[in-house]
Amino acid sequence: MQKIDVKDLTIEKAYEMMKDRKLTSVDLVSACLQNIKEKNEELNVFLEIFDDALDQAKVADEMIKAGKGTKLTGIPIAIKDNILITGKKNSSGSKMLENYVASYDAFVIKKLKEAGAVLIGRTNMDEFAMGSSTENSAYGPVKNPLDVSRVPGGSSGGSAAAVVSGMALASLGSDTGGSIRQPASFCGLVGMKPTYGTVSRSGITAMSSSLDQIGPFAKTGEDAKIIFDCIAGKDEMDSTSIEFSPTLDIGEANKKVIGIPRDFLKEGVDPEVLQNFEDTIKKLEKKGYKIKNIEMPHLKYSLPVYYIIMPAEVSTNLSRLDGVRYGLREEGKDVFDSYKKSRSSGFGIETRRRIILGTYVLSHGYYDAYYNKAWKVRRAIMKEYEDIFKDVDFVVTPTTPTTAFKFGEKKDPVQMYLSDIFTVSANLAGLPAISFPSGLDSSLLPIGIQFTGPLFSDLSLFDVEKDLRE
Amino acid sequence: MDIKDVEKLAELAKIELKEEEKETVLKDMEGILEYVKVIENVEVPDVEPVYNQKNVWREDEIKSSVFSNDLIIKQFGDAQDGFLKVKKIL
Repeated sequence: MQKIDVKDLTIEKAYEMMKDRKLTSVDLVSACLQNIKEKNEELNVFLEIFDDALDQAKVADEMIKAGKGTKLTGIPIAIKDNILITGKKNSSGSKMLENYVASYDAFVIKKLKEAGAVLIGRTNMDEFAMGSSTENSAYGPVKNPLDVSRVPGGSSGGSAAAVVSGMALASLGSDTGGSIRQPASFCGLVGMKPTYGTVSRSGITAMSSSLDQIGPFAKTGEDAKIIFDCIAGKDEMDSTSIEFSPTLDIGEANKKVIGIPRDFLKEGVDPEVLQNFEDTIKKLEKKGYKIKNIEMPHLKYSLPVYYIIMPAEVSTNLSRLDGVRYGLREEGKDVFDSYKKSRSSGFGIETRRRIILGTYVLSHGYYDAYYNKAWKVRRAIMKEYEDIFKDVDFVVTPTTPTTAFKFGEKKDPVQMYLSDIFTVSANLAGLPAISFPSGLDSSLLPIGIQFTGPLFSDLSLFDVEKDLRE
Repeated sequence: MDIKDVEKLAELAKIELKEEEKETVLKDMEGILEYVKVIENVEVPDVEPVYNQKNVWREDEIKSSVFSNDLIIKQFGDAQDGFLKVKKIL
């Protein structure tokens, strides 16, 4: 078997090699499995390696031989543990669903299977996608492959770590407030949250339904686009699903106008991250992008609004987990006692904290002050973006205020939540956003830059990454 | 907010908390509520909140299902003759 350096291989390159018969899917998947074997025990990236991965690779090789291959045929892809695959366990990083076996494929899985992609395993994550470090996983944290004393980001930390350590060529994550973009930033990858509704949520473990969206992790914008093209599409199983229709001219990425909300960057951003941001903006300017300082006074309310709407939706969504139809069941003295016992031994502390917070903001007497007010401010944030996109093509910020932090560093929940300060507004407004690497800090940790575009500008975001890399 | 409020909310959410967990949840809740309360004074147009939701209808047609009965029943905490078994409600 030839030596394959998965860490440096892109989907595009692997596709070309397989097409030219210079590489087989079996060899590629074997190389990933070898990396998993060597590093998974230390990094804790995968909760399960699928035992049929090589069989899938054989089928893919046949597909390619028969001339029926797509760009994703035979490409090993890691799947976040909250995306359902028929007959496979799906725990969402929780003890509650430790032995839950999915009875259907998520829409995105159906699409990947049709394309002939190889699903290599399910990746570790913060419990029910609640966290920014994977420290909330019931199965132990994921270590950042670039520095094992640091977190990979979260909640899709496993999906990010899998790609950066050569255990898969790309992966799927879910992004409710930054859970793809923040780990992509911490691991030096491209991570993208599509326009709300362009990718079906059918078969993803619901966390916060008005915010959740599935998206890709990859090494390049082109690779991320290949995955996006495959998984986007209207699905009748998700009533918020819409047909994707690109609206922006993607041919002239470098003539675009970039808006920078300066006021929003004044506080809490690490000086090195900020310096890198300024340097990147200068690079963009040299490439022909026009830079404009913009004012978005409501943007600073994004995180507070998010921490009202999200827990409210979490508390209602997770009420289905009571041990009756599926999931952990602990017997109590009566039916309510059984619910309580099941939910208390099944849920970790962050999950319980958010359920209780959500119950509070939805309770009689506080509903108007918190939940309704949060939705009004959310509308104002949407409107602000809508207006600003009349003047600029993208809003650009750092992806995160710092680079990857150390385990145990963020003990206070609000401190942890602040690492999503730049990412949550795209979820609140339903907009597409991408994070991609823009350099390294003095400890050689990757720094990410985030581009947020108007609705359906998804394809332009991939192009910007390519444009800036070249 | 005090411990009693936390206990009430936990009861509503059907969640049990250990004594020391109640203390930390209370402390965390106070921190988070303090952080989010800035939205109280944000001036926004006084309109009914729009939740971005509308009904999406489809014809009620019988279609073959991809769901495996067996896989679903296997997930039940307790089952008898293909039925879900639960504790007595009344």
